[in-house]
Amino acid sequence: MRKHFLLWGCAGVIAVAMVGCATAQSDVDVSRQAAAVLKSSFKANGQAGLDRLDQDETQRLCTQYANKALPKDVAEMIEKLNTASIKWPADGKWLGDWKNGERIAQEGRGKQFSDDPKGPVGGNCYACHQLTPQEVSYGTIGPSLYQFAKLRGYTDETRKYAYGKIWNADAYSACSNMPRFGHSQILTEQQIKDLVALLTDPDSPVNK
Amino acid sequence: MQAMKVRRAGRAVLAACAAAAMTAALAQTSAVDEIAKYRAALQDGNPAELWEARGEDLWKAPRGPKNVSFVTCDLGQGPGVVKGTYAQLPRYFADADRVMDLETRLVYCMVTQQGYTQPDAMKGPFGGPGNKSDIEALVAYVTSQSRGVKMNVPLAHPKEKEAFALGEKMFVYRGGTHDFSCATCHAEDGKRIRLQDLPNLMTVAGAQKAYTTWPAYRVSQGELRTFQWRLNDCFRQQRFPELIFTSDASIALTMYLARNANGAAFDAPAIKR
Repeated sequence: MRKHFLLWGCAGVIAVAMVGCATAQSDVDVSRQAAAVLKSSFKANGQAGLDRLDQDETQRLCTQYANKALPKDVAEMIEKLNTASIKWPADGKWLGDWKNGERIAQEGRGKQFSDDPKGPVGGNCYACHQLTPQEVSYGTIGPSLYQFAKLRGYTDETRKYAYGKIWNADAYSACSNMPRFGHSQILTEQQIKDLVALLTDPDSPVNK
Repeated sequence: MQAMKVRRAGRAVLAACAAAAMTAALAQTSAVDEIAKYRAALQDGNPAELWEARGEDLWKAPRGPKNVSFVTCDLGQGPGVVKGTYAQLPRYFADADRVMDLETRLVYCMVTQQGYTQPDAMKGPFGGPGNKSDIEALVAYVTSQSRGVKMNVPLAHPKEKEAFALGEKMFVYRGGTHDFSCATCHAEDGKRIRLQDLPNLMTVAGAQKAYTTWPAYRVSQGELRTFQWRLNDCFRQQRFPELIFTSDASIALTMYLARNANGAAFDAPAIKR
């Protein structure tokens, strides 16, 4: 009797495990098929080649967990991987020119197949963030950055955080909606310093 | 004259407000209000009617090397039936053994019945200055014949289910220089880019509101734009390469969004900024 119970119990466990595997497997298969179909459904145009559909490890994991809670260990791995990619300024200076920063924040062009590959390339920060109070046409996908340093302090720590976050947002928040502007070579080191100035220079209208 | 006076008075009021140290929040609200007024004003007359009329002529006229009209074209409800068909697309078509959206089906009929080559049928999917798109006109006409019809996209055939499942995955696929997926902008309620409201396409209400208002006459472009165009231009802004017209990915994504809009009354061609 006890033997039977054990046998059936084991069979049950194995059946459940197999169903689990089957579902997980088919989900992976659909993802793989979706990636393959995507690759056959695009054509290179201007500066946007088909290699833009190839995912790096961060993009792959963030796609995989898009509709699920991101497990803590995966999040930590992504953040570690991206922290290692940040290239800190060689001269140790954080602040560029906030006026240039404002232009970069306004500029929406760059990297689209319709854009001139010779530039300009901007950060398009206003698409998602409030920055200066003068610009009322701002988006809300990201948090408001109005009074960024007035609230956090005009310190090296604040500036380092702003620089790192713009360089690679996934280093601070895995699978962030924000592009990795430095890591993905969208903006130059100087442009990022100009944006750090827009956010943390006491003279910047952001901090008024 | 009266309008000018009102506008001038309005400007004076605005200036007074500014002088009284108008806050950013106030400026924000008035900008949004003004845009809402602009959108309401647009509803008065929709130039999409011009595309609909041209599309109806194109639908009924003999065309192509075989000199055949679209009257023999089956959009899913039998040859020549237009009324209500768009509300049930995309769907599986046994003759092509493929799930097709409207644009893909139109191209299919042009090739198989009217005798066009595939490249000729695919030419000029989106109009621009000085070159009108026949596809956009045909889409305007066919979709106008589903106005008020409840979206009822089937998910019965295995290939329909497959297209939906693929579209669901593609919606969250991150790529490009900016790591964007469709979900980056379309997975939360109440968000916007600059002042443009973004639909949350992962909710039924959001998908319904968005999908049932395409195609649309875009005032800023002076063109009627189809859903194929909508997807193409989203991917451009995502920094992806160019989505191929009537590609499998375009149909899968359309299937995913159209099916999620089921139950809502179709309300296009619409008019948008």
